[in-house]
Amino acid sequence: MSLLEIEDLRIEFPGEEGQLVAVKGVDLAVEQGEVLGLVGESGSGKSLTCRAVMQMVPEPGAISAGAIRFDGEDVLSLGKSKLRDFRAHSVGMIYQNPFGSLNPTMRVGAQIAETLKVNRGMKRDAAKKEALALLERVGIEDPEHRMRAYPHELSGGMCQRVMIAIATASSPRLMLADEPTTALDVTTQAQILKLLARMRAEEGMAMLLVSHDFGVIAQACDRVAVMYGGHIVETGPVETIYHEPEHPYTRALLNSVPELDSAGNVQRRAALAGHPPELADVIPGCVFAPRCAHAKPECEAVSMKLQELRGDHATACPVRPFAGAGADGGSKAERIEA
Amino acid sequence: MSATPADIAAPLPRPRRRSALAFVKAWPTSVKVGAGIVGVLTLAAIFAPLIAPYGPNAIDPFALLQSPSSQHLFGTDDTGRDVFSRTLYGLRLDIVLCLLVTYVPLPFAVLVGAIAGYFGGWIDQVVSRLADIMISFPFIILVMAIVAIVGPGVEGFLIGVPIAAWALYARLARAEMLVVREQPYMMATTALGYSKTRAILKHGLPNVLRPCLVYSTIDLIGNLILLAGLSYLGFGVQPPTAELGSIIAGGQGYLLTAWWIATLPGLVLVLFGVGIGLIGEGFSDRGLERGGR
Repeated sequence: MSLLEIEDLRIEFPGEEGQLVAVKGVDLAVEQGEVLGLVGESGSGKSLTCRAVMQMVPEPGAISAGAIRFDGEDVLSLGKSKLRDFRAHSVGMIYQNPFGSLNPTMRVGAQIAETLKVNRGMKRDAAKKEALALLERVGIEDPEHRMRAYPHELSGGMCQRVMIAIATASSPRLMLADEPTTALDVTTQAQILKLLARMRAEEGMAMLLVSHDFGVIAQACDRVAVMYGGHIVETGPVETIYHEPEHPYTRALLNSVPELDSAGNVQRRAALAGHPPELADVIPGCVFAPRCAHAKPECEAVSMKLQELRGDHATACPVRPFAGAGADGGSKAERIEA
Repeated sequence: MSATPADIAAPLPRPRRRSALAFVKAWPTSVKVGAGIVGVLTLAAIFAPLIAPYGPNAIDPFALLQSPSSQHLFGTDDTGRDVFSRTLYGLRLDIVLCLLVTYVPLPFAVLVGAIAGYFGGWIDQVVSRLADIMISFPFIILVMAIVAIVGPGVEGFLIGVPIAAWALYARLARAEMLVVREQPYMMATTALGYSKTRAILKHGLPNVLRPCLVYSTIDLIGNLILLAGLSYLGFGVQPPTAELGSIIAGGQGYLLTAWWIATLPGLVLVLFGVGIGLIGEGFSDRGLERGGR
């Protein structure tokens, strides 16, 4: 049994002309201790899926169908106090904006200690001591001093470390990381990813890492799920997705990442034409078909259900224009077309 | 954990316990000037019994309507009372009453507004409509109506001002909470499983308080002038109690023959108001420089 199972999750927002469906039947599973990357463009529904686990879909949106199970227990039917318990102990969450996620009027030490007092029932002194240890563990230099700092006195990377300290204070079994490195510069980004990897190794916690950056995903994840237009279009182990992507969207996403050639010049790669679908757009069959270079008439009848290929690899594209071709062969062909 | 380059490059924390002097030095100039004026006047008011050369109601039948001199700094009034002493005592009473009337209801008003902003829905509707009613009510008329019920004296002021003023603070706090509510740190309180009470009191309130406090300094001047005005009209503090407004009212009839009775206390009132205004303005400017919250 997986630690987290999401089944046919639908998230809808009321619109002027009927419901707008932002997440259209997502199936996901995160195993014990596994890092699953959820990658996609903005608006693909990846953050919403992540928030749905905590039942924190922003109003007026709501989960309209599907099931979310944590350790076999149905999360969506938890009562108020059980839900609070679940949020407090089972799952930790960190966010994109490290400055905004800390209360600007409270010293960071007090914010960590608050979690320990509220969620772990610690006494004042014990909480203070533990907060210090936590700060040290997330790699903050001179923690005695930094305890007394306000968030605006710290750098973005340090704020994110504090956030991680708070989120891991009650040793959650699953960490939801919603673009945790997007607001940080590249060196800090690498440090934070390293820290998350270390926390995972020490605590054995699983992680759902949401990002739009394939580089981050490749660095940190075991498995990847690629999201587009509210659907998961492809999922599989990182190496497989990276080297043998099957879905045209995954391939286009990988190809849009600029690379350096041996002389250090930036190789502009094929940008994907068109825009991701609007919430109100109703696209029959495959949601990616309008932007797909390999679209065929029968794509309008595709169910968008993932089809198992081999092992852990699954794609929602039945056309499979790249079947068997490695990433390089495919991308060269793509580049010529572009 | 070994030191990474970025950790070393990060600015070292400034010393947290700054001396009081450095704290004052960091203030904007207008705040320093304002604080100086308010500080001196407040100290003078607090220590009125020590500073004032005469009692506030001590009559000297042999020194009626004397012009300012070294004996009577602000001169004397028509019953020979020392205007300087009366001004100090009057200011003292004014400050105490205004602080009471401004800052006692403030926490409740802010809390009501914050709750309305946080939950929205019918709670927000009820609070906002009530606030609208209070704000659309002419303030002075309301206070006068209450005076008419409870009789002349400070009670009208003490009851009337909070009834009318809470609405403004509630509105301010509500508007601020609508913004704060959407901040990631408020979301984080949910994700951490904190109760709503904790989220509002510990994480919401401190962040909606600042604009309310800035506004309260303006409100304080307003209340000071209102109290003086009401007393001047005879609806507030009753003679012979020394109060700036009633002193000015009493000296009004002598403006041409003994200008000092009304003018000098009036100047003190203006000076105090300007001082508080400077403080409030300075701090709200600084708030803007920081980019809001």
